[in-house]
Amino acid sequence: MSLIVNLVLLVFLLVMAIAVLKTTHLFAMAMLFGLYSLLVAGLFVVLDAPDVAFTEAAVGTGISTVLMLVTLASIKDGHEVVSIQKSRAGPLIICVVMGALLIYGTHDIAELGDVESAPNREVAARYIEKGQEETGVPNLVTAVLASYRGFDTLGEVTVVLTAGIGVLMLLGSRKKLRIKEVPHGK
Amino acid sequence: MENDLILRVVTKWLSPIIILFALYVQFHGDYSPGGGFQAGVIFSSAILLYSLTYGLDAALKLIPESALRLGASLGVLIYGGVGVTSMILGGNFLDYSVLASTPIAGQHIGIIVIELGVGLTVASVMVLLFFTFSRRVTP
Repeated sequence: MSLIVNLVLLVFLLVMAIAVLKTTHLFAMAMLFGLYSLLVAGLFVVLDAPDVAFTEAAVGTGISTVLMLVTLASIKDGHEVVSIQKSRAGPLIICVVMGALLIYGTHDIAELGDVESAPNREVAARYIEKGQEETGVPNLVTAVLASYRGFDTLGEVTVVLTAGIGVLMLLGSRKKLRIKEVPHGK
Repeated sequence: MENDLILRVVTKWLSPIIILFALYVQFHGDYSPGGGFQAGVIFSSAILLYSLTYGLDAALKLIPESALRLGASLGVLIYGGVGVTSMILGGNFLDYSVLASTPIAGQHIGIIVIELGVGLTVASVMVLLFFTFSRRVTP
């Protein structure tokens, strides 16, 4: 059963990725990205990670799609991408090399569900054995995020605030930004 | 979308439910999936829905931007404040066990308060981002 669900989700994911590449209308592209995130959220649920799925569904499907649509709305025209038929050999080589490197890198990651791998044997075992006893929180993810990894979460929240401040500094002024005209001739 | 009756009515009925769900995710995060981050995003999505249907000015009347800036900073301040409080009470930074008489109760208080800080910051920043972006949309 799990295999069928996985297969359907992954095939749809692939279809969505190709559709994003093929479409030229930016509005359709933004909506397809939302669907892509929804499928990823579904995959996270299959992988027994409801907390991550929750975040992916809320942020990826909800907020970022709306932000992309608002950005599209603020562009006067040009909702279509113009595809320039140039030589594509360079980008293709970069993609292939990058993909190969990433696949090579995955060999260092512990296999999914491997009990003997270091992260599962050392830290995770300790969280599972002592987590509820030490924090009194039944949801282990919350216990790890909020208590054991409190520093990391503090950094995360600071990153969110910093991102907001950055956007405010760039776009917050009511006047539209204009590039100063540099006088010609020297 | 000012004249779309169905959207307006549905939004009016749906927003309180979304906000209620956000509060549930916020305060039930100890027991079920969820927590401050997810709750903040869900809360902000209610405001986004309202703002998309009723317009930016109505949403700004609901939550002024100055309050959002204050909320975004206050969330991080609450989080850091919990850490400093636990330092004053004799523990390490962000060691919640010293916050109450027993370590378990202290952990419980600490986790709830920092999740509140996370939720406040995330919700404020998300709505702030949306307001900032949508102000650039020329009608």
